Amino acid sequence: MKAPRPAGNLAASVRAGARSALEILEEHLAAIESGDGAVHAFNLVTADQARGEARAVDRVVEAGDDPGLLAGVPVALKDNLCTRGVPTTCSSRILEGWRPPYDATVVTRLRKAGAVMVGKTNMDEFAMGSSTETSAFGATRNPHDTNRVPGGSSGGSAAAVAAGFAPLALGSDTGGSIRQPAALCGVVGMKPTYGAVSRYGLVAFASSLDQIGPFATTVADAALLFDVIGGHDARDSTSLNRPTPRALSVLEDGVAGLTVGILSEFLDGAAPDVVARTHQAAEALTRAGARVEEVSVPEVRLGLSAYYLIAPGEASSNLARYDGVRYGLRVEAEDTAAMNIATRSAGFGPEVKRRIMLGTYVLSAGYMDAYYNQALRVRTKIIEGFAAAYRTCDVLLGPTAPTTAFALGAKTDDPLTMYLSDVCTIPSNLAGHPAISVPFGAGDDGLPVGVQLLGPALSESTLFKVAAVVEAAAPALAAPSLVAGGRS
Amino acid sequence: MDEPKRLTRAEVAHVAVLARLDLSEEELDLYTEQLAQVLDHAADVASLDLAGVAPTAHALAVTNVLRPDEPTPGVDREEVLAQAPSVEDHRFRVPRILGEAP
Repeated sequence: MKAPRPAGNLAASVRAGARSALEILEEHLAAIESGDGAVHAFNLVTADQARGEARAVDRVVEAGDDPGLLAGVPVALKDNLCTRGVPTTCSSRILEGWRPPYDATVVTRLRKAGAVMVGKTNMDEFAMGSSTETSAFGATRNPHDTNRVPGGSSGGSAAAVAAGFAPLALGSDTGGSIRQPAALCGVVGMKPTYGAVSRYGLVAFASSLDQIGPFATTVADAALLFDVIGGHDARDSTSLNRPTPRALSVLEDGVAGLTVGILSEFLDGAAPDVVARTHQAAEALTRAGARVEEVSVPEVRLGLSAYYLIAPGEASSNLARYDGVRYGLRVEAEDTAAMNIATRSAGFGPEVKRRIMLGTYVLSAGYMDAYYNQALRVRTKIIEGFAAAYRTCDVLLGPTAPTTAFALGAKTDDPLTMYLSDVCTIPSNLAGHPAISVPFGAGDDGLPVGVQLLGPALSESTLFKVAAVVEAAAPALAAPSLVAGGRS
Repeated sequence: MDEPKRLTRAEVAHVAVLARLDLSEEELDLYTEQLAQVLDHAADVASLDLAGVAPTAHALAVTNVLRPDEPTPGVDREEVLAQAPSVEDHRFRVPRILGEAP
């Protein structure tokens, strides 16, 4: 069975001259125009610039040349990816109006592949959050039920793809910020191996964990986008200088002979309907010829604690650059120190301040070894735990998020409860491993459930191939309604 | 390893100074409570005996990344300066730094 690829088909039709990039773009701009008032997936829609890019693609086709793998495909970009001359805010007041002087490497690669960038998507401020509610510009809403969150922090990108505003989007994943919103919005989202995709031009949150990855409606389209953005980049010193696993070409290879481990720690805290869907996905893999067994990696239980020491620590250091001197907001004051303080106090929202405070504390004298360095040792233990599991399993399977999408405002007053939404996604970031979330029907409330496949470093080819089998077996999910209360 | 003591409001106020944030009394109260809550949750990590375990800073070891030292164009200076809140003579302008007269 051929894996569905709507974005791939759009590109094929443009490359063949059957459809124009401009016509495809106008359809998507119309969808944004009519639907984004209810969803608020975008901070900025760059319609005119996109029309220019689409016309350029059409001219290439008319001249008899090939615009590339993503010819004429509209792509939405998370608003922490630098776009030259186009505002990039990280959904923060401190960067409001800033126009980067360069493009992120992923943006350059999208351009070279003929993609058309439609706009910048909303996110939790500086990617700190799990619901897109910490955005300084207001929350994004889940297209399946606009009373619910889309997840986060790449909630705008997930919602844009779910709502049909763009067939593809990019997000960033530091502790689950691609996979968790993908699960909650019923789309595919993937975090590559650390270093497989260049971070050049991704505004830094936690540099040892951040990774850019694709959103799409199908596994094949996510694989296509991963193939376009992956590969070594001399501008990112953490970029892996080795062949990137190919995704699209292995997609139909099937799972016969592979061993899939159901990760028992991920089932423990998950809601019963999510657990039931995960078991159903496992049964589908068994039917397709995989060996499925339950496996335990006890070390992942320490992931959440370690993450909330490491990520804020790195964030407090990275966000020291917002000082009102070179770009973004400045609140004038008598001297530079007072200006720095006034600017930061006015420019950062509550969640960002909370994480800067936490991070500054855990890196401060007397606590660094007890907290930050200890968390880095836990990271080693988690990597060892996964390595033991991968001695018998090719991939691991579990839920992406413990529940379906929660109500707006339900967790905003309790940071720890909010942080728990990432319990199943964080271990992959700490290990630097790839993982993908695939929609697998709905929960008891009719909202999307995502199942997650995890693999060792550079196992993307295997992950995509297993994901394609899961996708083919997934129960139907109602189309997003873009209204409050869902379809009911 | 000894477990760290519970975070105090005075420590939170000191951390705000280090982080160059001016927090209100209400924010200090709130963050003292919330940070302590997160650190309590992290007690499982802080109390582990991991003396012999090497810390992992980067998940996949990439060391000694070198490239040929070839000149390439950097970002455009005027484009960078155009984003600054205040500029003078092609430089970033800031208010006075020390106690000298302006």
